[in-house]
Amino acid sequence: MDGVIGFLQDLGPNLQLVLDRMPLILDGLQVTLLTTVLGALLALVIAFVFGLAQLSKVMIVRGVARVFVEFFRGTSLVVQLFWLAFVLPQLPYPLGFRLEPLLVGVLALGLNYGAYAAEVVRGSIGSVPKGQFEAISALSLSPARGMFRVVIPQAWALMIPSLSNLWIQLLKGSAIVSTVLLYDIFFQVEQLRDRTGTWFAYSFALLAYYLIAWLIVILMNGLEIRAKHQIGRGPALRTAWRSLFQAPGTTPSGGRTARVVRDRSVAASGTPMGGGLA
Amino acid sequence: MPENTAHPGVPGVPHIEFRDVVKKFGDNTVLDDLNFTVTKGERVTLIGPSGSGKTTILRLVMTLEELTGGYIDIAGNPLQYEEQGGKRVRIPDKRRRRTTTDIGMVFQHFNLFPNMTVMENIIEAPVNVMGLKKAEAEAKAETLLDKVGMGWKKDARPSELSGGQQQRIAIARALAMDPEILLLDEVTSALDPELVGEVLAVLKDIAAETDISMLIVTHEMQFAREVSDRVMMFDKGSVIEEGLPDKIFSEPENQRTQDFLRAVL
Repeated sequence: MDGVIGFLQDLGPNLQLVLDRMPLILDGLQVTLLTTVLGALLALVIAFVFGLAQLSKVMIVRGVARVFVEFFRGTSLVVQLFWLAFVLPQLPYPLGFRLEPLLVGVLALGLNYGAYAAEVVRGSIGSVPKGQFEAISALSLSPARGMFRVVIPQAWALMIPSLSNLWIQLLKGSAIVSTVLLYDIFFQVEQLRDRTGTWFAYSFALLAYYLIAWLIVILMNGLEIRAKHQIGRGPALRTAWRSLFQAPGTTPSGGRTARVVRDRSVAASGTPMGGGLA
Repeated sequence: MPENTAHPGVPGVPHIEFRDVVKKFGDNTVLDDLNFTVTKGERVTLIGPSGSGKTTILRLVMTLEELTGGYIDIAGNPLQYEEQGGKRVRIPDKRRRRTTTDIGMVFQHFNLFPNMTVMENIIEAPVNVMGLKKAEAEAKAETLLDKVGMGWKKDARPSELSGGQQQRIAIARALAMDPEILLLDEVTSALDPELVGEVLAVLKDIAAETDISMLIVTHEMQFAREVSDRVMMFDKGSVIEEGLPDKIFSEPENQRTQDFLRAVL
């Protein structure tokens, strides 16, 4: 049944099989999307908490954050997942408890990728020009106020491309949650494989992950365009929707997408177009 | 514009006082045992070759740099360190910020917040540091923006403005905090030559209309001559000559001052 010939020969029946199993496959898709979205949200929270903690003036806070980040960055995702699923329930009372499989998956993905993202947050804040921090001091704004009103909004625009990368990696990493009894898309594909063979099943899986990754890319491109516009770099999202489908900041053959502005009144009303801080 | 905007200052009341100030960056001593005072309302310009420590002095007053030794007092209050029972004690950041609320600074590279509009840039500190109501702060900002000729751009973002416009807004932003001391750090050095005039004109107006004490670092010698009460010539971290601007610019006594002025004028 395998091989290219087999793949082509059985394409019709196999597609029929996919249709028959669609309810299960959609269930799997839902689990994958859920772990990917919840895992990413948890990772984002962890990233900001531990990214900012690493910049704290208090040495102990910095130290704890550092150890946390290095621990979850430096240990394997699979091991973390298995530890949460199989070791945690065996710990003596009151430490041990059994978590729902979904929670195990979200927690492992969130902790692991959150640790990577914490480094992105820390790095991006370090990339905000020194003059911005000096202006905060010169206006006697408190460091916390300056961080949330001035520094983070600028760092956000810088960190999105890296966060986007990490989110796609998290999506792909989510395929291992099937090992702790979460019936995600990969689990359903494995079921499908029994009937269709490896060629069809894994090709179907590639396509499914590719399409989800694409959704993430479009969403993150949108966020990046918006964030850059808010710090005065690049056009507004409503005038530059086309660049959702290409990496922001690249200039296609047609020139900057901002030139696509049809409605002159929008341009005249003071919408910044292209340019930058120069 | 007034012919001569020089302001006499109030004699005898020290507003900024440097006492035995030492500033080192690693092994490099930038300021060595520096003593000087700026009286209330006085405008003092610091001139000298680059690397002579002029900008460091401004940054110390703004607490952007930590003192290595000595003391700086602002209106009689210790700024970074104080003497307590013969010991030199660091003043906590919160208390430092209470003192720096009265000090404004304008930077060479403007340092406006790019994620905020012009109006938001100006009212951020008055609302959050001085506790002004938003409407009050906005009314005040509009007055200041009109003064610097930028009222028509209050909803623009910094990236849409020229360097000269950005710097005029940075000046308005500093003034919105009602500073008693204004530090001007090479405020025209990053501007295209044709934009220098508009910024200096605004500053001359402010010098003429207010009694804010000013500490100025500039390469615009004509401007320094017009607004300053006193000029201090720095070289290698110490004052080598000081006096009235006319005296320093017309008949400097020190050889190094003569050489420096010949090079820049």
